[in-house]
Amino acid sequence: MAVTVKTFSSASEAAGALSSDRSARYLGGGTLVMRALNEGDVTISTVVRAHDQALTRIDASGPRVTLGAGVTFARILAERDLAFLHAPARSIGGPAVRNMGTVGGNLFAPNPYGDFTVALLALDATVAVQGGFGARDIPIEEFLQARDRQAGTLVLSVSCTRPASNEAFHYRKIARIKPKGGSVITLAAHLPVSGGRIAGARIALGSMAPTQIRARAAERALEGRALDAATIAAAASAATEGTSPSDNALGSSWYRREIVGVHLRRLLSGQE
Amino acid sequence: MSKIPLQFRHNGRDVAIFVDGGTNLLVALRELIGDMTPKFGCGQGGCGTCSVLIDGELHLSCLTLAETVAGRAVETLDGMKQGPNLHPLQRAFADHFAAQCGYCTPGMLMAAKALLDRNPAPSRAEVVEAISGNICRCTGYEPIIDAILAASGSRASA
Repeated sequence: MAVTVKTFSSASEAAGALSSDRSARYLGGGTLVMRALNEGDVTISTVVRAHDQALTRIDASGPRVTLGAGVTFARILAERDLAFLHAPARSIGGPAVRNMGTVGGNLFAPNPYGDFTVALLALDATVAVQGGFGARDIPIEEFLQARDRQAGTLVLSVSCTRPASNEAFHYRKIARIKPKGGSVITLAAHLPVSGGRIAGARIALGSMAPTQIRARAAERALEGRALDAATIAAAASAATEGTSPSDNALGSSWYRREIVGVHLRRLLSGQE
Repeated sequence: MSKIPLQFRHNGRDVAIFVDGGTNLLVALRELIGDMTPKFGCGQGGCGTCSVLIDGELHLSCLTLAETVAGRAVETLDGMKQGPNLHPLQRAFADHFAAQCGYCTPGMLMAAKALLDRNPAPSRAEVVEAISGNICRCTGYEPIIDAILAASGSRASA
């Protein structure tokens, strides 16, 4: 079925078109929306695009990094100042998907995708969106909790503070096919250390719930402690708390619960 | 619904077609231009057999909205041969038995070309990474990797 394609020169015009039409979807890199159209998704009757350069801008010069929603994973990998995001960017798709898929689109990617968003959740990112009522910044956790209702808003950019140090940020995607494949589970952890103790632990999990979630019980087990074997074991045993993984072809809910603690322990202790 | 006029370069030639809203580039290439070299595999971005180069960058044509290539250069396998001669990659694929059923071959060759255009002497790991978005259901990956490495060698010595 043919759809109407509306192309705008500014993001705000595109946001207006998106918010006024419930059957409209924003087309970024195409890896989600074109796939839906190819599958015959009749709920989409309008595709909205924008040629706004602000959407493809990268600001990586300072301590706070801002990525336009239309920035592709290939561009992140080409940016030396974004080295801390290279592991999550590289874990997505093959080269063609990385040339197409965008940071903004990844926020909407359902399981077993959305790995980059797991990293952003651990880094306490902020999502700038524009809806019918103007632009605003939303904490990524809040954005994800209301993701089903975000279809009418346009994501403009995502920003986050660089990890405290290279050693403070950890990322791991478990896939059955290497080097490419959907996620069995995905884990990211930001563990800033102050005076030998963890201060401000954030652990994010992918494919462990309908959206990416934080492992709050594991965070509590780490907070204020030194990252030793006993602390890591406590965090690992708390990893399943609050999770509700589902079954899919890559793994069962039971399997995901069984392995998430194992992989969290390996991630935090730096094991392969 | 009205058709949308679309012009772009297809393997070095200017083409002009009319597309329906929402038409993907793979359909435009195969059904409107008659270039049957990019194949339809999954329509989901999972198999890579529809891979083409857009302005030299590897893209999945089934997930590309046709009108987004307006004014850009699209290369497909059909444009790879050099006159009557096969491209070194095509020659290497033939010599190394890298095509079994052949369905993945167009995408494998485009992914390999995207790699060698940027990195003329890749390592084996880089070749594996470069074709990681392309699935061969005959599981004939080893001869494909060998062929790409051989083609890169022949280029270096040529």
